[in-house]
Amino acid sequence: MEFDHNFFVGFAKSYGLFYMMAFFFGAVIYAYWPSNQEKFDHAAKSILEEDKVVQK
Amino acid sequence: MISQLTRDERSSAMYLSGLLVLFGGFLAIAGRNDVLGWHGAMLVFSGAILLFALISRFYDDEPARESRHEYYDDPTKFGVVVAMIWLVFATFVGDWVAWLLVFPEATFDAGWSSFGRLRPVHTTGVIFGFGGNALIATSFHVLQRTSRARLAGSVSPWVVLIGFNLFCIMAVTGYMFGITASKEYAEPEWYADLFLVVIWVVYFVLYVRTLARRQEPHIYVANWYFMAFILVVAILHIINNLAVPVSLGHAKSYSLFSGVQDAMTQWWYGHNAVAFFLTSGFLGMLYYYLPRRAGRPIYSYRMSIISFWGITFLYMWAGSHHLHYTALPHWVQNLGMTFSIILVVPSWASAGNALLTLNGAWEKVRDDATLRFMFVAAVFYGLSTFEGSFMAIRPVNSLSHYTDWTVGHVHAGALGWVAMITFGAFYTLVPMLWNRERMYSSRLIEAHFWLALSGTVIYVFSMWNSGIIQGLMWRAYAENGTLAYSFMDSVDAMAPYYVARAVGGFLFFLGGVIGLYNIWKTIKMPAQAHTPIYDLPPVVDVEPAE
Repeated sequence: MEFDHNFFVGFAKSYGLFYMMAFFFGAVIYAYWPSNQEKFDHAAKSILEEDKVVQK
Repeated sequence: MISQLTRDERSSAMYLSGLLVLFGGFLAIAGRNDVLGWHGAMLVFSGAILLFALISRFYDDEPARESRHEYYDDPTKFGVVVAMIWLVFATFVGDWVAWLLVFPEATFDAGWSSFGRLRPVHTTGVIFGFGGNALIATSFHVLQRTSRARLAGSVSPWVVLIGFNLFCIMAVTGYMFGITASKEYAEPEWYADLFLVVIWVVYFVLYVRTLARRQEPHIYVANWYFMAFILVVAILHIINNLAVPVSLGHAKSYSLFSGVQDAMTQWWYGHNAVAFFLTSGFLGMLYYYLPRRAGRPIYSYRMSIISFWGITFLYMWAGSHHLHYTALPHWVQNLGMTFSIILVVPSWASAGNALLTLNGAWEKVRDDATLRFMFVAAVFYGLSTFEGSFMAIRPVNSLSHYTDWTVGHVHAGALGWVAMITFGAFYTLVPMLWNRERMYSSRLIEAHFWLALSGTVIYVFSMWNSGIIQGLMWRAYAENGTLAYSFMDSVDAMAPYYVARAVGGFLFFLGGVIGLYNIWKTIKMPAQAHTPIYDLPPVVDVEPAE
């Protein structure tokens, strides 16, 4: 198999759609996976918990 | 700075400064009278100053061991101040360039001050000098806080900051001497490019090593944006700048690419510089400082993840929209156009996420100019990404391309989004960093806000006007089928808009001066008696036991 211009254009025009959609669904599934919810909530709130002030 | 380094670190810093002297010395000797030689001499001089400072303070007391349990913020402090200095310098040059279009004789008959040389001084100064230092500084701060770990190294942050600024200085002085690689936003020549590669690899390794030390199980989303910024900029920079120098003693080099391949590589680089330098890193800033300042968690953490992958993935393909109606194959133009249009989805997801985070805290936006900076930044981000997708449509591009509309679009993004989010982040960050109760003057923040906003609006509106008039004049035909206007006719018609643009730019510059003054006065204020807890990471022994 030759890795020339035609090969890459052919790949992009055939499998391109599928690997891109797979990537997109992968990201969406990760973001909406129910057990990840807790981790994300914790992360979103964690940056605000630093506000408490202590006396030295 | 040096007082915070252990003696071992001081000696490794000395070795590195020695290397800088050697590298500069090689360029100076090989380059002789070429600009390359002058830049070599500058590196020798910089390395010698560093060496002198390190030697003279080598036997000073070492920092207390406990200080190793604190976050390392000296590099961030340095980066914030240097970024503001670059801002003032580079927006001044930008306004000068704007006035050159009104009064072309304002070069004062010098070669270095001609339009073609000053313009890249402005663009490099604002994008890399201001934007780059702001990104490095805030990324170090956000990285440590969200990981709850100290930076993985005390010398390497300085390698990054000092090296990066030397690169920027080589770039802007080089343009004034008359050298350029003739690639937009990648004008520095091969030796400066190679130098930056080393600096950038140090930056990425430092980032990843610090993340590896994190005390939090999950990597906060801002870090993903910062990492994409560092990693992709490295890839873009290396590939677009592949070139063969005339000789090792000469600044001039020739690109590895030619013709339309060169153009495509350049705009693949150019548009992804917008994506990963001017968007991704600044979104990292947004996702940390906006929730912090508003006191509310980000509206949808999930949406921030999806828009991250959307932006990272889609931007890669959008560059060809810079080459509509050129020798570039039609299907590549279509590809770039399509991806540019889809890009509005993740872009608006980010802008919407920011605005929805503020929803319910509008009284804070009204009262607090710092938060208002970030609010306006999110609005401009939404507007300019929509405008960008629109302009990428080929028939729209036939009107807008090569006109001032493009210049207006770029500045809506750069002034309205990039600079505004940075000001909001800096005004949040500076009191934290120097442990001050608040900024020196909230009225000066207010003044800066209104100057920056009115300057941006005046700038963008005048460029919309001039751009569309230019586009229409260039495509107007007379009855007999000839062009109705000569190019000079369109230049003459631009005069009032160019005056308005230069005035808008001046207001923005003035705001930057006020910002620098306000930050400086805050640094001079007395520190608070107590240390906020966010200045202390959880107690872990970050160094191996002796």
